[in-house]
Amino acid sequence: MLAETLAGPEIPWLDLGWALTLLAGTSLLLIIGAIVPRWRKGLYATFTALTAVVSFVFLVILWGRVTDDGMASAIADSIAFDHFAVFSLVAVLVSVFLTVLVTDGYLRREEYDGPEMYALYLTAALGASVMIVANDLIVLFLGLETLSLSLYLLAASHRRRTESQEAGLKYFVLGGFASAFFLYGIAFIYGASGATKLPAINDALRGSIDVNSNDALLLVGIGLLIVGFAFKVSAVPFQVWTPDVYQGAPSPVTGFMASAGKVAAFAALVRVLIVALPSRVDDWQPVIWVLAVLTLVGGSVMAIVQTNVKRMLAFSSISHAGFILVGVEAAAHTDSTDAVSSVVVYLFLYTVLVIGSFAVVTAVSGRGDDATSLEDLRGLARRRPMLAVALTVFLIAQAGVPVTSGFIAKFGVITASVDAESYALAIIAMLAAVIAAYLYLRIMVSAWLADSTDDIPIEVPTGLGIAVSFCVVFTIAVGVFPGWLLTLADKATTFLGA
Amino acid sequence: MIAASGAAVSFPALSLLIILPIIGSVLVALLSERRAEYVKLAALLTSVATGAISLWVLAAFETHDAGFQFVSRHPWIEPWGISWHLGIDGISLFLVVLTGVLFPLVIAGIDPHHDEKRYLAWLLLLEAGVMGSFLSLDLVLFFLFFEIVLVPMYFLIGGWGYDNRIYAATKFFLYTMFGSAFMLVGIVATALLARNDLGYVTFDLVTLAEKSSFATDTARWLFMSFAIAFAVKVPVFPLHTWLPDAHTQAPTGGSVILAGVLLKMGTYGFLRFGLYLFPEAAVWARPLFLTLATIGIIYGAIAATMQTDLKRLVAYSSVAHLGFIVLGTFAFTDQALTGGVMQMVNHGVSTGALFLLVGMIYERRHTRVIAELRGLQQVAPIFAAAFMVVMLSSIGVPGLNGFVGEFLILIGSFSTARWWVVIAATGVILAALYLLWAYQRVFHGEPDEANSSFAELKPREGALLAVFIAAIVFTGLYPKPMLERIEPSVKKLIEHVEERSDYTQPEIEHSEGEG
Repeated sequence: MLAETLAGPEIPWLDLGWALTLLAGTSLLLIIGAIVPRWRKGLYATFTALTAVVSFVFLVILWGRVTDDGMASAIADSIAFDHFAVFSLVAVLVSVFLTVLVTDGYLRREEYDGPEMYALYLTAALGASVMIVANDLIVLFLGLETLSLSLYLLAASHRRRTESQEAGLKYFVLGGFASAFFLYGIAFIYGASGATKLPAINDALRGSIDVNSNDALLLVGIGLLIVGFAFKVSAVPFQVWTPDVYQGAPSPVTGFMASAGKVAAFAALVRVLIVALPSRVDDWQPVIWVLAVLTLVGGSVMAIVQTNVKRMLAFSSISHAGFILVGVEAAAHTDSTDAVSSVVVYLFLYTVLVIGSFAVVTAVSGRGDDATSLEDLRGLARRRPMLAVALTVFLIAQAGVPVTSGFIAKFGVITASVDAESYALAIIAMLAAVIAAYLYLRIMVSAWLADSTDDIPIEVPTGLGIAVSFCVVFTIAVGVFPGWLLTLADKATTFLGA
Repeated sequence: MIAASGAAVSFPALSLLIILPIIGSVLVALLSERRAEYVKLAALLTSVATGAISLWVLAAFETHDAGFQFVSRHPWIEPWGISWHLGIDGISLFLVVLTGVLFPLVIAGIDPHHDEKRYLAWLLLLEAGVMGSFLSLDLVLFFLFFEIVLVPMYFLIGGWGYDNRIYAATKFFLYTMFGSAFMLVGIVATALLARNDLGYVTFDLVTLAEKSSFATDTARWLFMSFAIAFAVKVPVFPLHTWLPDAHTQAPTGGSVILAGVLLKMGTYGFLRFGLYLFPEAAVWARPLFLTLATIGIIYGAIAATMQTDLKRLVAYSSVAHLGFIVLGTFAFTDQALTGGVMQMVNHGVSTGALFLLVGMIYERRHTRVIAELRGLQQVAPIFAAAFMVVMLSSIGVPGLNGFVGEFLILIGSFSTARWWVVIAATGVILAALYLLWAYQRVFHGEPDEANSSFAELKPREGALLAVFIAAIVFTGLYPKPMLERIEPSVKKLIEHVEERSDYTQPEIEHSEGEG
């Protein structure tokens, strides 16, 4: 047996090309970055963006190689390749690509340009990717920690801002706590099922359904696992860290956390619940229902009294997490794959929206990254009309107004929920969207309708301009012609066949 | 049913009605602010072209065909069964024409005080949204336009309105979105539940209405989810509180559009999506909506009487007038419904013109407080005469358009909703009370110092009003062309309701036929 382990599993190098690219990019950045004193302007960002592009090419190849009928596993079943994973991975790479474009100008404005941030983006993306493909709870935990540690550092990376330090420390302490919950949950589930691989857990549990049996061990495990996930996706009541961290972290990093971090956590959550725990759906489905309602209502209501745009967007991201939970809840009910595809579509579209929003905030925040209150947005329409237009597009999309990607995202989730006959949840979600709309309207009022108090010019670096333009075009294009994305996403649910 | 009528359409007129304003809006947004004259010209040209197409549609419309005409249908979001499905029938025809004509008038006749470029861009986008709402025959497409309208209207009120504009704009946005929240869930549920009958998911209105059936209770829930959205939009008492604020704070152009066509999206929605999709549930909900409509009529009238602000008075009169339209809708007789459709257009013309006049008063006097105005008749007799005609039309004096619609509604509702009508009819008297009283206070008497310099109607304002007054008088004296286009579609709708519920419309003597 020992010999067998030592022989090592077979590794499909080509199929792992995307991950290896990220790893290589990180190493090169750190090593060459340390040897060569200072790269030319924009080169760090270009290099990182290229890494993301190469990684994306590998994913395109992988998408073609993944079969339509269920998931293929690799490296002794510890990771899974399916369209669901590839689709989510693409979302993570899009997030890296756009964030890098935004970060370039930011770092030069804040005068701490260097390879470290970019390397951390890549390691975070790697961690997120591992979470997405993890087919084993231990591997999932490795990915989670890689992602989390990178994010702690990214949040604290602005050394001259105490808020950034504070955000990093808060995130670290609370995140460590959540990781402990998560790990403890894995231990309990292992205790109950004797396995850590997701399909094996399912096999073990499926065989043992017995009304009189004592499921306490397993239920505690599931509960702890969900707490860990809920923290990562900032579901109420585990959201307390979110506003502080989002506000304190450097603005481009906030966009990255809200996109890549959420994609990874939700993808992993869906995979664990659907692949490993379908036999206990009656136990975890009500938990998700309650979490969804609390998150929807809590996120929207708490946003009302905020006056800082980054905090407002933090609460809005909480409310979006609630919407995605609605999709997860629907996935529990139906055998229909629509719910899962609605979740990945939502994550993908939200990624672009949230990075775009925070890119605008990055531009407005000015030197020092401090001008992020509603007051600072006043008169944006006069100071930078195109930026105001872009912000408006992102905000009305987040409010779910038609002809934007946000509507497509919400429509998908609501359809899934109605299909699962969770009418109450669908209506609560839509009403929460109305409350949340108030928040977006307040931001728009500042940008358009209020007169400017000061006329500090707003600089828009090239990279940021490109990123914002891309996000705007994408938001509207998907709003008008969503067919192609939906068709792709429909394939992205094949892991259910496992 | 779905097939287009005989008039072979060589070009997609209805799609153009939506796309042209969008093109105009983008064009206006892209043009440089420094070339103000080009901006205005671009806006005017696209809106006039849209208006011309709407008039062409009116001319080419087959008078006695009850079905949908000029149908244009293309798959749009295929994975979800959503299609770009447009069509027009007697119920939507005049609303489309009203929209097509009203926008160029507003663009040509009313200047915003600042940022004309943005104002015009929003206005054109609004036109596309309103057109789309009246033309859509796909539930999601309709929802899309119904909802998108909020954005330009929000910015128009918030950007160019009066003192309390941001409060009013936000209230307007959130109220309407609140209603739509239920409707979206209802729309999705309708399509998914109809899958049992159809075997596939479609949001196509005609297919859903003709080929699917829902369990009685289900249909009632679904109907109510749609009804909330429409009731907010109309607005039906007690969901009306956004309206006085939005109307009063909106710039004149915005008020004219809001009263003229935007509110009709609610009443139109009841007909097209409420009655057509869920006939049995609509019959079931009759007492509720008749009661709310009647309360709205009386409440709106009394509240209007109490107003000290002239614009707010007109806004409350809208609540009352729309109550009549809802009453006509839920009376379920050919006459009442025809009157209701007609009154939608009439109210758009008369109240639109009233807001225009109030706007002109504000331009001159910078106040809308009734107590500060007096004796305007002496200094501006032509202005006063124009106001008088429009006001009489709003009251519903015979010979003007308001009478035809209101009379048809009352007479048509009498057989099926007698006691409601008895109460509602007093609303007609109250309308005379508050409008005449307001007229008396504003126009009669000796003008004091502030009012003695009140300027007479300018040629441009006069030309603008002349269009409205011509429509008021023409419809009042010769309503037949309108009625004979509306009636077939209304009859068909009532038949559809009768087929699918145990309701039958009482027989009426034919001599009463046309009001």
